[in-house]
Amino acid sequence: MKIRLDHVVKTFNTFRAVRDVSLEIESGELVALLGPSGSGKTTILRMVAGLEFADGGHIYFGDQDATDIPVRDRGVGFVFQHYALFPHMTVQENIAFGMKVSKVKREKAAIAARVEELLRLVRLERLGDRFPAQISGGQRQRVALARALAVDPKVLLLDEPFGALDAAVRRDLRRWLREIHDELGITTLFVTHDQEEALDLADRVVILNEGQIVQEGTPEQVCRDPKSAFVTRFLGDANRLSAEVRGGVAYADGAAIAADGVANGAAEIYARPGDLDWSAAGPGIAASVTRVLDRPGGRRVIAVTAAGENLEFDVEPELAVRAGEQGFVTLRRAQVFAAS
Amino acid sequence: MSNASSGRKPPRVGDQPLFRRLLIGIVLVVGALLILAPLIVIGVEAFSEGWRVYASTLADPDTRHAIFLTVVTALIAVPINTVFGIAAAWAITKFDFPGRRFLLVVIEIPFSISPIVAGVAYLFVYGLQGFFGPLLEAYDIKILFALPGIILASMFVTAPFVARELIPLMQAQGRDLEEAATSLGASGWRTFFSVTLPNIKWALLYGVVLCNARVMGEFGAVSVVSGNIRGQTNTLPLHIELLYHDYQAAGAFASASILAVIAVFTIIAKVALERQGAGRVRRPALSTPAVPAVEPKP
Repeated sequence: MKIRLDHVVKTFNTFRAVRDVSLEIESGELVALLGPSGSGKTTILRMVAGLEFADGGHIYFGDQDATDIPVRDRGVGFVFQHYALFPHMTVQENIAFGMKVSKVKREKAAIAARVEELLRLVRLERLGDRFPAQISGGQRQRVALARALAVDPKVLLLDEPFGALDAAVRRDLRRWLREIHDELGITTLFVTHDQEEALDLADRVVILNEGQIVQEGTPEQVCRDPKSAFVTRFLGDANRLSAEVRGGVAYADGAAIAADGVANGAAEIYARPGDLDWSAAGPGIAASVTRVLDRPGGRRVIAVTAAGENLEFDVEPELAVRAGEQGFVTLRRAQVFAAS
Repeated sequence: MSNASSGRKPPRVGDQPLFRRLLIGIVLVVGALLILAPLIVIGVEAFSEGWRVYASTLADPDTRHAIFLTVVTALIAVPINTVFGIAAAWAITKFDFPGRRFLLVVIEIPFSISPIVAGVAYLFVYGLQGFFGPLLEAYDIKILFALPGIILASMFVTAPFVARELIPLMQAQGRDLEEAATSLGASGWRTFFSVTLPNIKWALLYGVVLCNARVMGEFGAVSVVSGNIRGQTNTLPLHIELLYHDYQAAGAFASASILAVIAVFTIIAKVALERQGAGRVRRPALSTPAVPAVEPKP
């Protein structure tokens, strides 16, 4: 089912949580709402679910205006951040709940068969009799998903689906959720503040800041062509250098970067840690090493330029570099934005 | 480590042997004199003139009526206050509305006010010279010096019990469970009975037990509004006082022993409910899963 948000607005007391958001999610698409806390992403998700009502604008499911349809009749599957499993019901009873309370009456045997099917789908066949408190966080997450899928929702909505899990479990579940989505083909919208999660999982990423969409596109589009300094910073570690643009070139102390389409004047250069090269001899931006952090795949060097700006970059694990050393940094790849 | 192996551990903060013995001793002595001794006296005095006097006192029509009236009062006041308590707790914890904090304070008033003040206030509202007095008289409705007055006074005093137990619990639970149930298609009633109620039932029962104990034992407020008419508007606590003033000590103690027994059962029920309530949360976390927790391999 295609979802369309048309100039949606939501204000809590005086806090403008969502400011005029318009967005289209194609049928069968997996879309991530990505943004820092307070960016309005969860509020948007809850409005699509019907758990909050929009103060302005419309939400369409297909051609139907769903803006005023209560959550109970909206036909969405919602997975809560902390799962919200019913603690007094077993895993099976949790999954069956939606089918039992449905206006569409079902045979007991049919419900049981569907529960079995869902338990297989989420790979929890043997845990049906457990209570939520007796299973792990990752398992609870999968029960919550099975429970949401049990009502055959038109749309699947997930609020920070992996937020409460540790890193290894999170990565596994992420790939697994992608597989389930590909298998079921259900339109899915999920909220996250973790860029890696959004980029790994989604067909399309919608980046939000202060209640507005700042950029949307495929992971490739937003990574290769961020439209603003905010998106660049938010998508991953980025070094920032003050610069000045003259005639389409950004000049910093010891570096000149092509900056097509950026107006003359103060600007900022952003470069990823992997796009910086370190050499003992010039040319480049003069810097002195303040710390070296050793990691399994390489060494992260923190250095400070003559202008007092911090730079972080990665060097080969074999490279002998120590705090206090002087050297030069060159930029292999960078983005330039007019200073805000 | 060396301390543990030699068997001598430094005392924990505030755990000096002398201080510890002194404190425990004081608490035990005061507890025995203040709380335990009177209870024992009730038991002893009730049977001081033998089983037959005890039995005949309880068989006395006035005593029986007092017991009957107390039970009727509880049967009406406790359910009403239970529903009120759930409604108030629900409103306060699940909705945002102006006056929410004020409602919270209002519910607490009966806890901080002397019951006799409540009784007198009811006199002014429903008494002959009171606010509704003329109106009630015109329609020949008797509230004061009758069962309705007793029930109203009891309800006033015990209004906070259920709500007070539920509010912290429901606040901690938040709205997620209800939202989840509704998003799965459950109606409001269905959500309440199959999701909300099962998760608050132990706290609710606990509140009901305390509320009941207080209704049955209430003296001050009821004493003002009931008029103390023997065999008509005397509840058990009022009856005990009356017997005592009539120099029927054995009778007074016998009647008091009933209230004491109710108190003991209340405490047993309270402890049992606390265990149950705690168990619901703790039990599963302690048991180790028989099947190892395996995450899916992508």
